[in-house]
Amino acid sequence: MREPTRRTAAELARAIHAREVTSVEVTRAHLDRIAAVDGAVHAFLHVDAEGALAAAARVDAALDAGRAPVSPLAGVPLALKDVFTTVDMPTTCGSRMLRGWRPPYDATVVSRLRDAGVVILGKTNMDEFAMGSSTENSAYGPTRNPWQLDRVPGGSGGGSSASLAAFEAPLAIGTDTGGSIRQPGAVTGTVGVKPTYGGASRYGLVAFSSSLDQGGPCARTVLDAALLHEVIGGHDSMDSTSIDAPVPPVVAAARQGATGDLAGLRVGVVSQFSGEGYQPGVLRAFDTAVAQLRALGAEVVEVSCPSFDYALPAYYLIAPSECSSNLARFDGMRYGLRDGDDGTRSAAEVMALTREKGFGAEVKRRIMIGTYALSSGYYDAYYGQAQKVRTLIRRDFEAAFERVDVLVSPTTPTTAFPLGERVDDPMAMYLADLCTVPANLAGNAALSVPCGRSDDDGLPVGLQVMSPTLADDRGYRVAAAYEAARDAAEGETLIHAVPELEVATR
Amino acid sequence: MSTISRDEVAHLAQLARLAVSESELELFAGQLDVILTSVARVGEVAADDIPPTSHAVPLTNVLRDDVVRPSLGQQQALDAAPHAEEGRFRVPRILGDDDPQQRTDPGPEQS
Repeated sequence: MREPTRRTAAELARAIHAREVTSVEVTRAHLDRIAAVDGAVHAFLHVDAEGALAAAARVDAALDAGRAPVSPLAGVPLALKDVFTTVDMPTTCGSRMLRGWRPPYDATVVSRLRDAGVVILGKTNMDEFAMGSSTENSAYGPTRNPWQLDRVPGGSGGGSSASLAAFEAPLAIGTDTGGSIRQPGAVTGTVGVKPTYGGASRYGLVAFSSSLDQGGPCARTVLDAALLHEVIGGHDSMDSTSIDAPVPPVVAAARQGATGDLAGLRVGVVSQFSGEGYQPGVLRAFDTAVAQLRALGAEVVEVSCPSFDYALPAYYLIAPSECSSNLARFDGMRYGLRDGDDGTRSAAEVMALTREKGFGAEVKRRIMIGTYALSSGYYDAYYGQAQKVRTLIRRDFEAAFERVDVLVSPTTPTTAFPLGERVDDPMAMYLADLCTVPANLAGNAALSVPCGRSDDDGLPVGLQVMSPTLADDRGYRVAAAYEAARDAAEGETLIHAVPELEVATR
Repeated sequence: MSTISRDEVAHLAQLARLAVSESELELFAGQLDVILTSVARVGEVAADDIPPTSHAVPLTNVLRDDVVRPSLGQQQALDAAPHAEEGRFRVPRILGDDDPQQRTDPGPEQS
């Protein structure tokens, strides 16, 4: 079989289930690829070769015994963001606070992956506790973008996006609080999906901002993301915010979309997400994509969502406020780091020393911003007002979805920026989330699909498709139709234009 | 005019149990000022009659039957503890003359 690491998850699953190749062979090929290129990319914080091969062998044994595959992705390898708890691998969240921590339970998303026979290769790098847009806030060093190694892979899920673009894994899991699945997808030429809030369980997802955090699928194709979405999605009694409704029919939508017909579909272009601050090449790629949607039969109109101008400031009040509360759990008492416990210091002093040593600069900034925004005297002007803006953003979405079926925008204003460029300028870093945060605040579904390369720097651009709550399937239909048309026009899937990485000799 | 002073940042760090260094205080004061000035833009929105949204999904209490389910055992709970003793978490003393919690600094308090 052709080099397994270059194939889609759907192709791999078909070949494994047809016994043309074993899951062990496919898994070993990916482990070899990781060994060869991850020194340069640093997508992984932990690789579990033994566990992955054992899981693959179990899938092979069941198939060899004549049993039907336990899921459409049985035997396919996956890279897991290091923010989901795993009993058999460390869970660090990219933080010194949790160096080497072995959780006592599996996240629901992890249990579902295991039950579906998905082979977990290891844990991927991320901005500390998912706070950041470049993966430079990891305590374990940055991940590099396989398209150009001096560029960021996006964040917070840069390890997951880079693992896909480096062909280290055909599937990955991310989490999206303000764009941490979609923006890394956009800047690496991969697909990233934020399901409707509550669409996949948060049980065992280490909390950053509980009303915004949402796990979701990452892949190199829309269909692969849809297949993964159906494995991890659905109600979980262990998460009280999980939606008790069937998973939207995303695989069927992706297959339907791939036939290329968008006749009758109404697409709204968000007028707020253009102009100053947007890279011209990104806007040109976006305009070309919109023209392609029109050519596929969609009716395209401009839609104004005036409150979206206030989404970023509202987000950077609400998320830090929830973070300041959630991260209070890291107190050095029950698990994780403890520092300065010399027998003379009090618990409060040890706690303060532990948090000083265990957290990086961005986490500290957000904890303090949140502490400020929740202080009496400032609460109404900051947190209270941000919650009202959240209502207005939801209303803007509701009004827009009266007129159109989906909204589109660039996923992020620029292509991948150079490592180091924004680390000392938090506001510049936050601007990467400009177009993605509205969907987190309102809770509806949104995804990013590759839409060619920016003509000014040759780096990938993402097309964001936003759908109403629990209408995730619409985004998949549009993205699959667009992906098929673009691939046909270009003669290959965008990701195959990624440069060859230098392979380490072993 | 700056939104937040160095002393206020020091107070926030204390409320948040972060033993930040002097050099960090300097850096954070400048950065938090830029961030807070920017996010204060939410105040431009006329929203007197707008109800707040705290959550994307309108949920009330989610209940389950009151039945015993498997949970973490004592050893599992202690496995990752920085310091355990006699089957319990060993923690530093919680009271003392120099306890920061005993201080009564002026400034914003947690609501």
